Amino acid sequence: MAGTLVLLTLAAAACDDGGSSGASGGGAEETLTIYSGREEEYVEGLFEDFENAEGIDLEVRYGDSAELAATLAEEGEASPADVFFSQDAGSLGAVAGAGLFAEIDEEVLGSIDERFRSPENLWVGTSGRARVAAYNTEALAAEDMPDSVLDFAEPEWEGRIGFPPTNSSFQAFVAALILLEGEDTATEFLEGLVANEPLLYEDNEATLRAVADGEVEVGLVNHYYLYEVAAEEGDIPVANHFFDGGDPGALVNAAGVGILATTDGPDVARRFVEYVTGEPGQTYFPEATHEYPVAEGFNAPEDLPPLDDIEAPEVDLSDLGGTLEPALELMAEVGLL
Amino acid sequence: MTSAPLGRGRSAGAVARLRGLGPRRPPLALRLSGLAVAALMVVPLVYLVVRAWGGDSGSWELILRGRTVWLALRSAGLAAAVTAGAVALGVPLAWLTTRTDLPGRRAFAVAAALPLVIPSYIGAFAILSALGPRGMLQEMLEGPLGVERLPDISGFFGAWLALMLFTYPYVFLTVAAGIRGLDPSFEDAGRALGRSPWGVFRKITLPLLKPSIAAGGLLVALYTLHDFGAVSLMRFSVFTQAIYLQYRGSFDRTPAAILSLMLAALAVGVLVLEQSARGRARYYRSGSGSKKPLGRLELGRWKLPAVLFCSAVAGVALVLPLSVIGFWLLRGLAAGAPQVAWSAAGASVLVSAAGATVAVGAALPVALLAARHPGPGSVVTERLAYSGYALPGIVVALAFVFMTTSAVPWLYQSLPLVVLAYVVLFLPQAAEPLRAALLQVGPRIEEAGRALGRSRRTVFVRLVAPLAARGALAGAALVFLTAMKELPATLLLRPTGFETLATRVWTGATAGLYSNAAVPAALLIAISTVPLYLVARRVEAEAGGGRP
Repeated sequence: MAGTLVLLTLAAAACDDGGSSGASGGGAEETLTIYSGREEEYVEGLFEDFENAEGIDLEVRYGDSAELAATLAEEGEASPADVFFSQDAGSLGAVAGAGLFAEIDEEVLGSIDERFRSPENLWVGTSGRARVAAYNTEALAAEDMPDSVLDFAEPEWEGRIGFPPTNSSFQAFVAALILLEGEDTATEFLEGLVANEPLLYEDNEATLRAVADGEVEVGLVNHYYLYEVAAEEGDIPVANHFFDGGDPGALVNAAGVGILATTDGPDVARRFVEYVTGEPGQTYFPEATHEYPVAEGFNAPEDLPPLDDIEAPEVDLSDLGGTLEPALELMAEVGLL
Repeated sequence: MTSAPLGRGRSAGAVARLRGLGPRRPPLALRLSGLAVAALMVVPLVYLVVRAWGGDSGSWELILRGRTVWLALRSAGLAAAVTAGAVALGVPLAWLTTRTDLPGRRAFAVAAALPLVIPSYIGAFAILSALGPRGMLQEMLEGPLGVERLPDISGFFGAWLALMLFTYPYVFLTVAAGIRGLDPSFEDAGRALGRSPWGVFRKITLPLLKPSIAAGGLLVALYTLHDFGAVSLMRFSVFTQAIYLQYRGSFDRTPAAILSLMLAALAVGVLVLEQSARGRARYYRSGSGSKKPLGRLELGRWKLPAVLFCSAVAGVALVLPLSVIGFWLLRGLAAGAPQVAWSAAGASVLVSAAGATVAVGAALPVALLAARHPGPGSVVTERLAYSGYALPGIVVALAFVFMTTSAVPWLYQSLPLVVLAYVVLFLPQAAEPLRAALLQVGPRIEEAGRALGRSRRTVFVRLVAPLAARGALAGAALVFLTAMKELPATLLLRPTGFETLATRVWTGATAGLYSNAAVPAALLIAISTVPLYLVARRVEAEAGGGRP
């Protein structure tokens, strides 16, 4: 009994707290509801800039991109969301495929590289990220790196590589590999990789830290984690290796946004999309997250090779989502998931 | 509680109705409230049936192939192994901390329950960082022995170890509550008949604790079935993984729904097993129950092994994950003081306490029906009530998204909805200890009360409720602790901008900023010790003979 009373007292005490923080967001300002699969850490600065610049109040629900896509599908007509901001093109493609996105004006999209937007103008990229092999510069030199990511399945790399199999960027890479080289090659590659007893990490950052510590010599990650870890740790003996010649290991993927067809503020939603694909967004991402801008006329972060110099494989990002399922099944079969 | 005036006579009819007790028809109010709870619990199942119905034949093919069956077998095997391990840890710990002169038993009682508050992915992560191929243990061995790499513990062993270490408290808490409800006269009788202390424990105490052990074991088995965090970190493919791969890989909710229904069927299988294990035996006291304190056994030369056992469990299940969090905390402090999430802490306590309270309220009719009016209706109500617990959080969350947006949009993304989801997800945690406690309250007590002319309601409030309170308290504590760390349903159903400690941990961890996750994780564990301490103190006070 006493315990229940204590619980209720605690609940009452917490009520005040929860109540006051929940009551924000009133006033006559226009509001826009965003479902964001991108982490708070990486976008809240941009969102604040937008609120200040446009006088629009943003209500942001953070979550996992794939789970938010499923939520949008369940909500259907009743969705309170105006904009979906996704970590990857796969989730955007799923929402587009369910017919939940409204078409975005050609004017807004005009400046965006065609590789990074939906052919039907249903979603648009906001930033690009390249797959790389990050290597420990104390253990390896640039010329030690193989020509293709597929070479990491060779026995000489046994015990020297690490990667995060549960990470969606790695999974998108496997999907691209299936699209480009076929399922047999992908299976052979993954089996070879597993035979090399790789060290598996829970995410990109942990992988990169392991490369920096020399726990593994090479990590298969996205390009910007090097800068993120360096920002926290200072100088680290790690360099990014970009594969050439349209190798699957050089896949460039995009994060992006789409406007929900059910939005009650299409104009405000459009202003948001303009903001993140226009100058403010395209200068924010290179600086804050070390990602590539996707609109024409904006420069890559200084210490990175320009996006045009990366010989990325020819993959339609809209197709990537549809190949994710066989990719995940394959990974589960070889024991990576 | 003051006693009501006696002597207000009841008609002869009231007494006559008491004759022929036994399995009687439950009162209308109980049946109605049981029905209401069942209706809430059926939400995820209705949703899954709606989704599964819309599927084409391709989705069904997916279900029927070998890999799905294989995954179901792996899930069942893991659940069995984890349950056995959790019983092997939880029962001795409960007995040692309540019935013996173990030094530091109060601290050990809190420590034994505390792993419950550690989210399974943090726990699995800690085990991997310590025992992984290049973990802390390997580092220690590398210097003197030159060990460069340890065998990989991930897979079945790692998943089993992590799940056992972070779920055995379910057994510990329900069994500790069960021990509190024991009538010492049974043991006295055993001793009088010349049994050794070990013989008394084995032949008398243990059989009397069967309902509590079964209750805790059931919670562990169902938890293992629905867990995703630990198995995915340990890379042991089970059924939940197939469900997640469908959501992530195909973005198609139909196969995920069909697989989830199969998981619910697997859970029903576990329930049937538990019921047959529990049997039809009666566990209540025959008399009014003695207020005599339960005796404490002197451990003697077993004292050292007992302390070592309790310390070893606390070391791996508690100190290890706490050190990992501590390490993150230090790294965060080195990089600049992280913000303390006080408002998120308040929010966590608010929704978790509300969830615990409502879950106990909802569990009451379910447990009463199961314990007092066994019959087909009660069985169906109970099975339904337990189905939500066997489903992964994401499935229940999406069910609520679908049901509320299409039927009660004003409820969508509100705090009451989060609380309702907690009730659906965790009801068995409240119902199991409650039922175990009710099974220990003999129906004769009620009969006596009613023979004295009291209404069913009065008898319940005055006689049954106080005796069942310890079960309710244990249940509330379990739900509170589990709700504190709940993530998938909280993320999807919360009001926009509403942050709990668990969502803060998630925010930090997904950004790879473990140092940012450390403060809310540490706060989560610190806050959770309060209800645990209260429960443990009650164990101590009652088992020690003093009244609280």
